[in-house]
Amino acid sequence: MIGRKWWTPWLWLSPSLVLLGVFLVYPTIDTFRRSFLDERSEKFVGFDNYRFIIDNPQALISDTHAALLNNLLWLTLFTAVTVVLGLGIAVLASRVRYEAVAKSAVFVPMAISFVAASVIWRFMYEFNTDVGTVNAALTSLGGEPTRWLQDTGAPQTWLTERGPDTMPSPLQLNNFALIFVGVWMWTGFAVVVLSAGLKGISTDLLDAARADGATEWQTFRRVILPILSPTVVVVATTLVIQALKKFDLVWVMTAGRFKTDVVATLFFKEAFVFRDFGVGAALAVVLLVWVVPIMLISIRRFQFQEEIR
Amino acid sequence: MAQEDISVQGPHLGGVEAVRQLFSRLPVHVAVIGIVIVWSIPTIALLVSSFRDPGAVITSGWWNALRDPLDLTLENYNTVLSQRGMARSFANSLIISIPATLLVILIAAFAAYAFAWMEFPARNALFLITVALLVVPLQMTLIPVLRLYTNLTVETELPVLGGRMFGTSSYPGIWLAHAAYGLPFAVYLLRNFFGSLPRDLFESAYLDGASDRLVFFRIVLPLSMPAIAALTIFQFLWVWNDLLIALILLGDPDLAPMTLTITNLVSSFGTAYQLLTAAAFISMALPLVVFFALQRYFVQGILAGAVKG
Repeated sequence: MIGRKWWTPWLWLSPSLVLLGVFLVYPTIDTFRRSFLDERSEKFVGFDNYRFIIDNPQALISDTHAALLNNLLWLTLFTAVTVVLGLGIAVLASRVRYEAVAKSAVFVPMAISFVAASVIWRFMYEFNTDVGTVNAALTSLGGEPTRWLQDTGAPQTWLTERGPDTMPSPLQLNNFALIFVGVWMWTGFAVVVLSAGLKGISTDLLDAARADGATEWQTFRRVILPILSPTVVVVATTLVIQALKKFDLVWVMTAGRFKTDVVATLFFKEAFVFRDFGVGAALAVVLLVWVVPIMLISIRRFQFQEEIR
Repeated sequence: MAQEDISVQGPHLGGVEAVRQLFSRLPVHVAVIGIVIVWSIPTIALLVSSFRDPGAVITSGWWNALRDPLDLTLENYNTVLSQRGMARSFANSLIISIPATLLVILIAAFAAYAFAWMEFPARNALFLITVALLVVPLQMTLIPVLRLYTNLTVETELPVLGGRMFGTSSYPGIWLAHAAYGLPFAVYLLRNFFGSLPRDLFESAYLDGASDRLVFFRIVLPLSMPAIAALTIFQFLWVWNDLLIALILLGDPDLAPMTLTITNLVSSFGTAYQLLTAAAFISMALPLVVFFALQRYFVQGILAGAVKG
């Protein structure tokens, strides 16, 4: 390599390091410190704030258990559904002539702000069947209208027959309704990225597999999926981080009411509404801890790239 | 890079064979078209509602408007656009989004170049910390940043900067905040892309005596246009659609972006749905234009080394 001055890399890095330090690193350290202090950050309270999260003494106004469980549901269901749908749409769309139109239609929701999305979906989920699209469609098929965002029970099992009125947290109807909006917004991202990966697979390879008598499913499972897996990891990582930090969507749709709080909305309430910085900070730290496994995956991918180039 | 249907065997299909193929591929068409319809309904509902009469929107569903299209009106757009401060807030959104987007790309590219092609102590550790910061919830950082800004607010006479040079309610203040929050993703994406460029390219350039500055501006940036275009779309979408940072850091209503003005419209008009729909559509129009303009780069860019490993 060329002889650089020892400070050259630091010169290139300095704008980033300064901004990250001021806006992200310092606040993170400060939050960690405050998670061990009382609500006004004056007195040391040890692990009391973390015990508050575990013991959940104020389940009625700030249900920490429900928030953690809801986040877990978001993390698994949102990520899994979006990746699977994205993969399915990318593969299916590649086999029709109007591929570009189909992909654009799925991508449009990605460009919509949460404020606009909340307007759209309040319309879609409206209880009044004269206005609410989902309930209008449901009743025209012979079903009953449902309060999608308020209902903490089970979905209707099939049109007219209703499920139980309450479901064990977090498997309640309104969580699924919210997660669907998230899926609606992010599927376009998965489709566009995955279909770009799909385009990189040589058609000779697919033709060879088919010539050898592989069915379409076998071709997908044994040829396409293995080649596409690094791209799937990129998409899944981005989605997991999105799910973890999920705030805007829940905040504009329900503000965490009807047991739909996630960790980020509960943190916002504790810190800015109830003015308990201690518990708020502890919740934020919990969120950061969930990220450790994702970081480990990133480290491995990074080192892998370093080795092969 | 076959754009056409990969399952078409050859040009000389018999009539019977063609019909058989159409039927065997019918499920694919049904699935793709079905998904496109489901994904588009919410946006179409929003679009149609935005052209309807104020009275009609609350009493009947948007699909009724399709029966007599002559009833549609531009009244809602008129009302929203003539709303005090709406033009100003559109300009504000641009003034905030464009510099914030350019800033993050330039600063992140400097850092990504250093991370990818320079040797220095703690390189891997620093990069990992940067990636880990991706998951820091924004809400967590806002209190310390707001406290810092309040102490560092600098007044200025320059009218372009909105009366303030730095701190709360100043354009530079919010540019820097957006740049910092966008940095982890930008550095991650660009470092992956820069790292996947061939090593020979750099070694021969260095051997010829090229400086880092020359290599960066003449080789790295031009070769990375796809990744940079992808990043431009993402960063622009995020800054344009941001509500939270503007809400906390911009106290002055004269500097408020579209998202903030629309949210205020929501609260002051209550359930004036017809205005909300028009406002929501105005706010998403520009991001959609940016997306369609940069779409082709975006498809290649986001992969950023994922395909190569």
